[in-house]
Amino acid sequence: MHWLPENISTRIYLLVLLVLAPAPFIFEWINELFYLDLLSRALILGIAAMSLNLILGFGGMVSLGHAAYIGIGAYCVGIPAYYDYYDGWLHIALALSVSGVFALITGAISLRTKGVYFIMITMAFSQMVYFTFLSLEEYGADDGLVIYARSEFPEWLSMESSIGLYYWIFGLLLLVLFFTHKLVHSRFGRVIVGSKFNEQRMQALGFDTYRYRLVCYVISAMICSLAGVLLGNFTSFISPDMIGWARSGELIFMVIIGGVGTLFGPLIGTIVFVVLEEFLSAITVYWHLIFGVMLVALVLFGKGGIHGWLSLLDRKGESRD
Amino acid sequence: MDWNLLITQLMNGLQLGLLLFLLASGLTLIFGIMDFINLSHGSFYMIGAYFCGTVTAITGSFFIGVVFGLIGVFAVGALVEYFIARKLYRNDHLDHVLVTFGLILIFDTLVHLFWGASGMAIPLPDMLNGQIHLGSLVLPTYRVLIIAGGLVVAGVLYFLVTKTRLGMLIRAGASNRTMVEALGVDINRLFLIVFALGAAMAGFAGMLIAPITEASIGMGNDIIIIAFVVVIVGGIGSVKGAFYAALLLGLLDTLSRSYLDLLLKLVMPSNYAETAAPAISAMLVYILMAAVLAFRPQGLFPPAGAK
Repeated sequence: MHWLPENISTRIYLLVLLVLAPAPFIFEWINELFYLDLLSRALILGIAAMSLNLILGFGGMVSLGHAAYIGIGAYCVGIPAYYDYYDGWLHIALALSVSGVFALITGAISLRTKGVYFIMITMAFSQMVYFTFLSLEEYGADDGLVIYARSEFPEWLSMESSIGLYYWIFGLLLLVLFFTHKLVHSRFGRVIVGSKFNEQRMQALGFDTYRYRLVCYVISAMICSLAGVLLGNFTSFISPDMIGWARSGELIFMVIIGGVGTLFGPLIGTIVFVVLEEFLSAITVYWHLIFGVMLVALVLFGKGGIHGWLSLLDRKGESRD
Repeated sequence: MDWNLLITQLMNGLQLGLLLFLLASGLTLIFGIMDFINLSHGSFYMIGAYFCGTVTAITGSFFIGVVFGLIGVFAVGALVEYFIARKLYRNDHLDHVLVTFGLILIFDTLVHLFWGASGMAIPLPDMLNGQIHLGSLVLPTYRVLIIAGGLVVAGVLYFLVTKTRLGMLIRAGASNRTMVEALGVDINRLFLIVFALGAAMAGFAGMLIAPITEASIGMGNDIIIIAFVVVIVGGIGSVKGAFYAALLLGLLDTLSRSYLDLLLKLVMPSNYAETAAPAISAMLVYILMAAVLAFRPQGLFPPAGAK
């Protein structure tokens, strides 16, 4: 079967996508719409994790503030909706432009720093966003904001029903997967990956690595804001709590579980994270303990996350993405 | 202007600053010497409060609570260093962030498991519960004690770092770890002591604040982020920097919360000022950190000879 991808891991991922495609109808058929909600949330966060992976995994920029862009996206739905503007294209355009401009400004400052300093400065900027929304009394401050209706789109694109929303999420997910794949294998992507491993060498080759990184950071933020738009529509309730630094930590966690710097890893990691969170929290109120132990064990023993383990299935000498 | 209010706010700022210093001094040393990012440093702050509260409840004495609390947190810090942190010093910072994020989850849940979800109030002995009268000024005794306690620890730490052999090694480690190792110092033991000492100081801060705010789960997770800001602003690895930065940030944060709206009212309509002031004052510490990182990334008071 020469048309199949050679790697077993890649085949498994494609199989996962094939299962995800008809999922809403299966859940509707067995009358378990709860699982559709769970899956929708997992895929939304999956998009966010993939966007973080773009800078964290491929570019080596560890941001502890990416949840800010989820928040910006969500508030770009919530605040217009508060004034009865429900046009979905407006929400999307607003989210992309606000997050893009914010990422351009903060990225331009943050990327002057490296390593620990980058971690801290991204966290600082996300805290500023957090406190901004926390202080906006008009939009609920820490009580949050209820979104009474979902973004409006033409009939065939409507996200009114759970299934419609699911296919918005799934479609966007496929787009982001495709875009990430193209981006990483483009000249631009190679410069980004190259400057992660040896920035001086890339500079010696004549690349202005700062600019490349900044563009990558802005792209990542804009994708993440789309996840925020979806999340705002999905939860129909938004609050500054979505932006706190612990949320950003969880996003990193999702990327790492799946496999940092791989195409499918963050998505798989997020699904595992959300499903585990749901089931463990149903079993015991102490489920954070299990999560914490997992996280410590993952770093100490489990190099490469789920993608790393699946790659062991691939034939030797072919263990590339 | 209400001078009594100003003095109270100055004292609150000083108190916050000294608590931040207790947290940040350990953090900055762990950061500077081991190059280890410990997000879970705030957990020691929480554990200190709970240990102290429990022993206080059993023995009825806050002072015995503090002593046993300090020993307990020192031990927990040493265990974390020995079994987890030690294995990660040479990994990249991403691993540090992940593991210590995991430790936060573990410690928060363990506290939940042993002490329950609701907070723990710690009663103060009567002699600390009163007030000190200075002319027309009335100061709560315990707040004065917190400030005094913070200053004493700062003094002891200053002595330890500048006058003792251990302190010499610590300073040398913060400036150039490789050289210290090359000179044959038992670096593992040094790391263990620094880590556990840092944990104990964070725990002490938690014990000091708990009688006012009560001990609660996750109490360290907000203040630790500000302690990181202190570390960055002061310069990684610099205890002196941490001291000045902690006081600066403590005062800035407290005073801006009470006086920023008055300042803003001078330049904008008062309803805008009242909305903007709380947001800006909450952000002020982060704005300061971003500015320091952008223009003087080594911090305001970097350790001598640091790379």
